Amino acid sequence: MKALLVSEYREGKLLDASYELLAFADKLGAEKTMVLIGSEAAAPRFNGKVYLADAAKYGEYNPDVHKKIVLEAAQRENSDCVVFLHSSYGWDLAPRVATALKAAQISEVVSIVDGKFEATCCNGKMRRMVSLKTVKTVVTIQAGAFSFSGEPQGTPHLERLDPAEIASCLEFVGYEAAEAKAVDLTRAEVIVSAGRGVGKKDNVQAIAALAKALGGELGASRPVVDAGWVDHSHQVGTTGQTVSPKLYVACGISGAIQHLAGMKKSDFVVAINKDKHAPIGEVADVLVVADVLQFVPALTARLLK
Amino acid sequence: MKILVCIKQVPDMESRFKVNNSGVWYEETDLAFRMNEYDEYAVEQAVQLKEQSGNAPDVTVLSIGPGRVVEALKKALAMGCDRAVHIQDDEYYLKDSWQIASIIAAYAKDLNFDLIFTGMQSQDRGSAQVGVTVAELLGFSCATTLVGFAYGGNVITAKRELEGGLKSVIKLRLPAVVTCQLGLNTPRYPTLPNIMKAKKKEMLTHPVADFLKEGAHSATERFYLPAKKGGGILLEGDVNDMVDRLVEILKEKNAVVR
Repeated sequence: MKALLVSEYREGKLLDASYELLAFADKLGAEKTMVLIGSEAAAPRFNGKVYLADAAKYGEYNPDVHKKIVLEAAQRENSDCVVFLHSSYGWDLAPRVATALKAAQISEVVSIVDGKFEATCCNGKMRRMVSLKTVKTVVTIQAGAFSFSGEPQGTPHLERLDPAEIASCLEFVGYEAAEAKAVDLTRAEVIVSAGRGVGKKDNVQAIAALAKALGGELGASRPVVDAGWVDHSHQVGTTGQTVSPKLYVACGISGAIQHLAGMKKSDFVVAINKDKHAPIGEVADVLVVADVLQFVPALTARLLK
Repeated sequence: MKILVCIKQVPDMESRFKVNNSGVWYEETDLAFRMNEYDEYAVEQAVQLKEQSGNAPDVTVLSIGPGRVVEALKKALAMGCDRAVHIQDDEYYLKDSWQIASIIAAYAKDLNFDLIFTGMQSQDRGSAQVGVTVAELLGFSCATTLVGFAYGGNVITAKRELEGGLKSVIKLRLPAVVTCQLGLNTPRYPTLPNIMKAKKKEMLTHPVADFLKEGAHSATERFYLPAKKGGGILLEGDVNDMVDRLVEILKEKNAVVR
């Protein structure tokens, strides 16, 4: 089994999550080759072959161009499996590569069980065990599901890919940075977050009051931010801030994977949820099965007593 | 301009899921179904583009699935789509993302759509593949995970959501497929007059066999609840008792509460 691992590069840097691809390939027992559209200085520290195409020439991301480069590497290696992170880069590029290779694509793989891929679905509540019917496979792996332990080290054997100009109907204009953070949750010792389960905007006050009583900051899950109940600067998760406070209190948060990815490194997690089967229970040290609007004010009152 | 919007009907994600008799998907009994949340943004963006272009664009909304998906199609019509296409398939859950994309591409192939909108993923299967694969099969350009959309002079300016609050701006030419992320716009609630008007709009039904030309690339062998890692303390019962118990635990195990 030969795996081609597609590493990610953004704003001149290799993304650390690229090393998770190595952990996945090890779990799979596959022979590893990497490909990077980036720069030599940012090549992954890995004792093996890395196909390198220059991002200065091909762009940090143009899907048409990156597809051709990944396919070129996959063809030279005769890779059985092409692996991406399940990220804005991976889920955009993987289906293009899979279609070209006539390969099955398995998205958001969380583990390998007896050589078979297990993928998450239904917002993290359920799992699917998937069997393949094609010769080649494309996989996207869930961020954080295959953790790379230790410091990456090694010297890659670089092989340049330098294809002629590749036509594209798409033009990368530029990046737009995140708005300046009004709230830096990454430094908070305590975060109390509101989820969809708080019901409506007015109820966020009760969550903020608990945060204050604990001397912490208010956090929020994505639906609450999208609904306009809480400002984006409070958002915890993949597209918000990644936090690791001493205490994280999740109020009415079911625990979508994008949220868990942003808070599961917290020292101690308390979840308050009326559904005791909610996925947040998987990372909670204490799961309180209760209506948030009854429990939170009672807890706040008790702490202030 | 001809626009296609591809939507899925999915269960309310707050539901408790049970495995059905096939062992590979959920039991539908007792579940409340609604339009996939990501697809609501796709419908809204298509209708906004129609309104901004003097109502000239023609918007078709398509869904694959059993009879119940007609409800999601009706909602899309009430939001402002012009006609609905229901591809009838009771065994939708046995098809992989590749087949679903192939069915849509087979439907769209000769209809000269300029622009296809869909959600970036479904809330249930969540593979985030179908939109991109449709684009590849039709030879359209494609951008995913849109949180910004503007159109002018045959060119789409799209803002994609990346990680950690970063966004990228790209331009793409028609014909194109774009997949929509939550927060792209504010999906409208259908008004009663528009719900009434929608009843008069065209609803076409095709058996899936008309468009199904491809075999599956993968299959779900088993569908199940994740193994419980456990370890956590579960508190249930009286609110005040639980408050006392939680405060004790926090004092014992966590330096923050004293």
